[in-house]
Amino acid sequence: MAIFLTKESKVIVQGMTGATGMKHTKLMLADGTNIVGGVNPRKAGTSVDFDGTSVPVFGSVAEAIEKTGADVSVVFVPPAFAKAAVVEAIDAEIGLAVVITEGIAVHDSAAFWAYAGSKGNKTRIIGPNCPGLITPGQSNAGIIPGDITKPGRIGLVSKSGTLTYQMMYELRDIGFSSAVGIGGDPVIGTTHIDALAAFEADPETDLIVMIGEIGGDAEERAADFIAKNVTKPVVGYVAGFTAPEGKTMGHAGAIVSGSSGTAQAKKEALEAAGVKVGKTPTETAGLARAILAG
Amino acid sequence: MDLFEYQARDLFAKHGVPVLAGEVIETPEAAREVTERLGGKAVVKAQVKVGGRGKAGGVKLAADAADAVEKAGQILGMDIKGHTVHKVMLAQTADIAEEYYVSFLLDRTNRTFLAMASVEGGVEIEVVAEENPDALAKIPVDAYEGCTPEKAAEIVAAAKFPAEIADQVADVLQKLWTVFIKEDALLVEVNPLIKSGDGKIIALDGKVSLDENAEFRQPEHEALEDKAAANPLEAAAKAKNLNYVKLDGEVGIIGNGAGLVMSTLDVVAYAGEAHGGVKPANFLDIGGGASAEVMANGLEIILGDPDVKSVFVNVFGGITACDEVANGIVQALELLKSKGENVSKPLVVRLDGNNAELGRKILSDANHPLVQRVDTMDGAADKAAELAAAK
Repeated sequence: MAIFLTKESKVIVQGMTGATGMKHTKLMLADGTNIVGGVNPRKAGTSVDFDGTSVPVFGSVAEAIEKTGADVSVVFVPPAFAKAAVVEAIDAEIGLAVVITEGIAVHDSAAFWAYAGSKGNKTRIIGPNCPGLITPGQSNAGIIPGDITKPGRIGLVSKSGTLTYQMMYELRDIGFSSAVGIGGDPVIGTTHIDALAAFEADPETDLIVMIGEIGGDAEERAADFIAKNVTKPVVGYVAGFTAPEGKTMGHAGAIVSGSSGTAQAKKEALEAAGVKVGKTPTETAGLARAILAG
Repeated sequence: MDLFEYQARDLFAKHGVPVLAGEVIETPEAAREVTERLGGKAVVKAQVKVGGRGKAGGVKLAADAADAVEKAGQILGMDIKGHTVHKVMLAQTADIAEEYYVSFLLDRTNRTFLAMASVEGGVEIEVVAEENPDALAKIPVDAYEGCTPEKAAEIVAAAKFPAEIADQVADVLQKLWTVFIKEDALLVEVNPLIKSGDGKIIALDGKVSLDENAEFRQPEHEALEDKAAANPLEAAAKAKNLNYVKLDGEVGIIGNGAGLVMSTLDVVAYAGEAHGGVKPANFLDIGGGASAEVMANGLEIILGDPDVKSVFVNVFGGITACDEVANGIVQALELLKSKGENVSKPLVVRLDGNNAELGRKILSDANHPLVQRVDTMDGAADKAAELAAAK
């Protein structure tokens, strides 16, 4: 078991034939991901060789699903075309669309999120502007390095890519069931709460690490959800205590306006829900370690 | 990116939202001619990106051209909540019968757009929301369907606009929605939206915030940036495509990935508590690539900051290998030296992740007198804080 992604997942890559898509398709294949195709209407019918593995290119997501039974799409399409790519994936009713693309206009992500809702949310969206998700030893859908850690019993959900890697590294000897980077944009598909619910239901996850950052109220709502619905231990970390008000720090969503959305408010909300919150990533890993050691 | 009122007014006018005539000036004397053009009297309004300028004396009525010169002279150079007034807008005077409020914005929590409207405009809308929440209608607007005529009518009805102006307000709402969509705005707000003595609906003051992620399809937005107000280091970093924010501490920070860099600032601030309260001097995310050139550009900006006493380079090698990063640091220091830069501040480098051992070896072999390796994030932050405090 794992959440959202297993070795059974059949993965296609939208934007596979671009430079980023090529580089990461190769890496995903090396991590054992079952990549069954790429999508590019201008190169339909061709195939791409990745160190001896031939991956066919299809003209559309619908065609790729019809020919391969794909159920996951990883999207590397550039910002200007990302909305159309995600809408196409939704129309084809793929089960999971992992949107790696950074720099998508908020109007576009809001539009494809609304569109997914209007189609009955048959497609789970992760991202945009995220590193994707990995189920170590089984499958990797995105750009998380596959060699940081091994399969294990910690579930990780994070707004930040590099903090995901850092935390996986800190706890590499214990290992992870799945690690999900949900992205730090103002509008994202899968939230902390969605991942927390999935980890709670996953029999192979014993402890959940949740990484948040300033901006919005996702962490506060996650805290409320944890208090009501999560029985497994949760350890948290929040970045951005020293971030000044009104400044964008790289993640478009990481901007504090007024008193809500501060790191302090998020930390307090999580602690009130019984979550142990570390002051640094290393201290947070230590808290997880101590709980697992009993 | 938040816009000045006059820029918001220009965007409103561009998309047909009714506004009053107005012009921006930067010297008091220029007020004379403009006021005459506007019909002999004008409202003189400070252009600052902060609320409450009316209370601070930044909005004055001028009875004639000479008065406008005097009032503009009073307002230009004024300090409003830490913002110096460099520009004033002279606007046509309005005959105000009623003041309303309308806006469209991103509702992050519900991942949708939201319309807000109230017949109690002209005051701070936060106050209305707090004291009389029933007077502020909040209607979700589907990002895919947009503000249709039916949706505009729904907003008008929910906010209880009087029947005789309902159609006019609905029309303004749809034009305002056009501004919101076509300009890739995160917020368009009109406060007040007025009914004039002769029954016309006019946007008297507005606020617009634009999505910087949409710049790829909004080439005209670059001209709206307030380059004069930007910190010179931030401007230099932006010119080099670096994601940099100046802060007020002493420890320069370079890292890869927005979350990790934000976390680095926090960890340095904690470590600094034990070293006389030193703090991070900046946010700088050099992204995934971290080539020697990008590293050199980043180091150049940070070493050029007179507030910086020490530098903490904090990199987790994900896809990027640490040996490439280490080579980048070594080459960057050489590059800066060859350019005649004064490289004299100590660097603490922490490398972890992909090929960390190789990267650490490269740094050790290079044996640069200013570079110290510390292999944990917390330990390296402490060392960087200690070095900054010792200077």
